[in-house]
Amino acid sequence: MTAYDLLAAPFVEFAFMRRALVACLALALGCGPVGVLLVLRRMSLMGDALSHAVLPGAAIGFLVAGLSLWAMSAGGLLAGLAVALTAGLVSRATAQREDASFAALYLIALASGVLIVSSGGSTVDLLHVLFGTILAVDDGGLILVASIATVTLLTLALLYRPLVAECFDPGFLRAVGGGGAPVHGVFLTLVVLNLVGGFQALGTLMAVGLMMLPAAAARFWAEQVWTLALVAVVLAAASGWGGLLLSYHFNLPSGPAIVLVAGAAYLASMAAGPVGSLRTRLFPGRHLRA
Amino acid sequence: MGDVIRLHDLTLGYRRHPAVHHISGGFADGSLTAVVGPNGAGKSTLLKAVTGALRPLQGRVTLEGVDRRDIAYLPQQAEIDRSFPIDVLDTVMLGHWRRVGAFGAITAAMRDDARAALAAVGLAGFERRPVGALSAGQFQRVLFARMLLQDARLILLDEPFTAIDARTTADLLALVRRWHAERRTVIAVLHDLEQVRAHFPRTLLLAREPIAWGPTAEALAPANLRRARAMAEHWDDGAPVCDRGAAGAA
Repeated sequence: MTAYDLLAAPFVEFAFMRRALVACLALALGCGPVGVLLVLRRMSLMGDALSHAVLPGAAIGFLVAGLSLWAMSAGGLLAGLAVALTAGLVSRATAQREDASFAALYLIALASGVLIVSSGGSTVDLLHVLFGTILAVDDGGLILVASIATVTLLTLALLYRPLVAECFDPGFLRAVGGGGAPVHGVFLTLVVLNLVGGFQALGTLMAVGLMMLPAAAARFWAEQVWTLALVAVVLAAASGWGGLLLSYHFNLPSGPAIVLVAGAAYLASMAAGPVGSLRTRLFPGRHLRA
Repeated sequence: MGDVIRLHDLTLGYRRHPAVHHISGGFADGSLTAVVGPNGAGKSTLLKAVTGALRPLQGRVTLEGVDRRDIAYLPQQAEIDRSFPIDVLDTVMLGHWRRVGAFGAITAAMRDDARAALAAVGLAGFERRPVGALSAGQFQRVLFARMLLQDARLILLDEPFTAIDARTTADLLALVRRWHAERRTVIAVLHDLEQVRAHFPRTLLLAREPIAWGPTAEALAPANLRRARAMAEHWDDGAPVCDRGAAGAA
């Protein structure tokens, strides 16, 4: 078996593999930078919470319209935004911090989502929603993820300065009258959008994997926000490609395969990356003269 | 010469306990004032109220001819994430925020201003270092450089030299004197009385209530310092509701 057979042939031969690969690349473009900003804003677990929050909306969409991409995506988007908005309001109106209210709300959302799906559909349907069907992505699905990636990159380009300034020094930004709730709200919307994009490919449980793992791994490679985002995109795209190949050659479910490749990339980065990894801690190298 | 900040029977506190109790007075435009007093005297609280970050329990703060957003404020413990992946020049450039906002373009001249500010605090050549690689003193110099760019008429410093080495303190004090010479109003919370006597013409001695407020030599007279210490030792969890100045407020 040649390298070509191993690495490229499945995509050349099968249209469904090509579609899946394009979907992964589009997802990587959106999820990479959003994940980096989530990590920097110390909201890694909030991404996880939001991905679960998408479920009941998608389930209701599924019950209303069956396996309709648009109904499930719209439902997921609404449910995710509702949880994000409620959590934000709870943290502003009460003494509870945003992460705790997020945790409470996403558990409620997840449980009701599972209940809704299982009351109306079969276990197979539930598995579809939970773990996604990237090998069955159709034209509509591709247009959806590509649109989400485009909107995400344009919005991030526009909001880059306030987003970065707000995670670095929120007190300063408040004092000079910048940033604040609107920027935070737009950012959370982007997170939900990307989770919705990832959810139909990877499922609600796995969608956040392509967002967080490359972003967390990037921290071991780069020292500027934009370079971190670039590394995260490359790692996410490579994980999609590698994961699809793994799932093809070994007949594995594609969603978990993609996320596990991203996980392997994270572990390798943590062990051997050039910035703050285990390697640099254990073997710092000989010191310089000045 | 008018006051740029006026305090009107101002009471500040947390959970109804006053940290600053019925203070009235003004900071003159272009004045250089040290705020000193024992721990828990309400010094930081007073600065927070001036920036508008803390709502008064009673009374108010008024600013004359200055917008709150045009105050340069250096908090004692900035909410800054020192591990954040950002370099020194970009950090300093945040000082341009009031001019460029979230979307405005950074011009070459603004970049040069930022480099000049870094040179002024003795950090020329540090432009591209990540802030995480700086010492505490170097980082404080970066924050002063950012304040230089803010070009503010009103500058509030909360313990700017605590845990900072002597050389950095001397350099940054020179900047404070330069601001004073440029007729900017500077208020600094400080602990080192020798430093206050040497560099600050006016002093507010605070121990929840203003003990003395005026020329430094008079404000820091031994009798005043003793009174400040005695005041600070009062703290009563079961204190009754204060009725001073309550007419109309109740």
